[in-house]
Amino acid sequence: MKAIQVNNICLNYGKLAILKEISFEVERGEIFGLIGADGAGKTSLFRILTTLLLADSGSAMVEGFDVVCDYKQIRKHVGYMPERFSLYQDLTVEENLNFFASVFNTSVKENYYLIEDIYRQIEPFKNRRAGQLSGGMKQKLALSCALIHKPSVLFLDEPTTGVDPVSRKEFWGMLKKLKQQGIAILVSTPYMDEVSMCDRIAFIQRGKILTVNMPQKIIADFPHKIYSVESNNSYEILKQLRRNSAVRSVFSFGDTLHVIFNSKSEIQNEKNNIQFKEISPTVEDCFMILMEESN
Amino acid sequence: MEKVISTNKLTKKFGNFIAVDSIEFEVEKGEIFGFLGANGAGKTTAMRMLCGLSRPTSGSGMVAGFDIASQQEDIKKNIGYMSQKFALYDDLKVWENLRLFGGIYGMKKKEIEDKTAQILQELGFEKERNTLAKLLPLGWKQKLAFSVSIFHEPKIVFLDEPTGGVDPVTRRRFWELIYRAVQRGITVFVTTHYMDEAEYCNRVSIMVDGKIEVLDTPKNLKAAFNAANMDDVFQQLARKATRINN
Repeated sequence: MKAIQVNNICLNYGKLAILKEISFEVERGEIFGLIGADGAGKTSLFRILTTLLLADSGSAMVEGFDVVCDYKQIRKHVGYMPERFSLYQDLTVEENLNFFASVFNTSVKENYYLIEDIYRQIEPFKNRRAGQLSGGMKQKLALSCALIHKPSVLFLDEPTTGVDPVSRKEFWGMLKKLKQQGIAILVSTPYMDEVSMCDRIAFIQRGKILTVNMPQKIIADFPHKIYSVESNNSYEILKQLRRNSAVRSVFSFGDTLHVIFNSKSEIQNEKNNIQFKEISPTVEDCFMILMEESN
Repeated sequence: MEKVISTNKLTKKFGNFIAVDSIEFEVEKGEIFGFLGANGAGKTTAMRMLCGLSRPTSGSGMVAGFDIASQQEDIKKNIGYMSQKFALYDDLKVWENLRLFGGIYGMKKKEIEDKTAQILQELGFEKERNTLAKLLPLGWKQKLAFSVSIFHEPKIVFLDEPTGGVDPVTRRRFWELIYRAVQRGITVFVTTHYMDEAEYCNRVSIMVDGKIEVLDTPKNLKAAFNAANMDDVFQQLARKATRINN
């Protein structure tokens, strides 16, 4: 049995298609990343899988339970950390945690081992109101609350958005530990550098899944040769290359430009003092090309 | 070289807590300056002082030629500001947003009209002139918000995490708008959590526990920290933080 199984899920708001025939599976002990921009449909999908929203067609199972018929069972088995801060602002850190434990008929003591690593970091502030916490601390408390009933599937909707790179790295370290306990994790993120932390990912764009695969496989399957250009005057060179019909695409990547040509032979024509170095693509290059091809 | 920002031991205390601890730096005209730091390092507090929204506890600073402690209203007239949280009025149309901000900055009616036409054309937004801001896709909103923030041709624009939540292509297109503004001579002061964007800046500073820990070009910082990229530099520095705020 798969931890999550999604079959041809469609969702419309009026005439607008929010989700278009979404299908994928998540195994136990797997971190599955849903990668896409705001408005791609990630949150709607989370809400369907956590039984808070009904799809227009298609079906989905979580831990073998149907999201429509068996919604009560699913709610007992999953932990959900929505994108917007989900805690009670006027309750303290400790009160929030006790509250979520009691809702699920358990106690903090019973499952403390599961949250210990995370909760220990915010325990010094256990008497502080949740509304007074900083972003990183809120994120840790929300994860603790989503875990306190020992769920077997965890849904995390953009848990690291707006969080600084150090806290983000820490957070992914925590997810890795949870995965080792056999918990299946579906997590969404707009940060491409987090993709490598996932076992498998789905790129999602305007309600459609562009590809589902292991990050390293997505890179290996990249269909084009890609070149980097280093320069002290990147913007001028970018404009110059944009005007060149042999160039299929050119974008800034950190301190370099990444260039894809329409056809290999044309590279020879594009020398005028620009040094092209063939490189292996990043996951972000892959997403950008898939986006372009789906348009 | 003309300095658009300069600070001298700029400090902000809240009670015993030193949010910004005697920071000193300068930003030159036409520069893209990246202002980095972990959550809680003091970036927002520092930025609020530079924008004339908060008075320093001690120290001083000049922004766009005005004193941040005594000429706050002059500063507000001469800077632009865009944040991810607030930038546009959702219930106003695209052109109404431009008119509103133009009006606030005291631009003439004719000037507002001409500039509106020019911006909509540059952005390829002519068809969206009468669209409510809230109906625009996020990437378009960000582009429009940036155009609004420099509508009155400020000397410097402050961008507070301007590119959150958009796809990688849209994010890069946004940065191309920034470059275009810089070519017109506008200075850009930007905060971001995307470390690849730190590399698009001419110079970056990284704040740790209220202090500016390093300030240099991305290239020099990477060399100094023996790091492959700016994320590496950031991780090495921000991990030194002792203030509990994560």
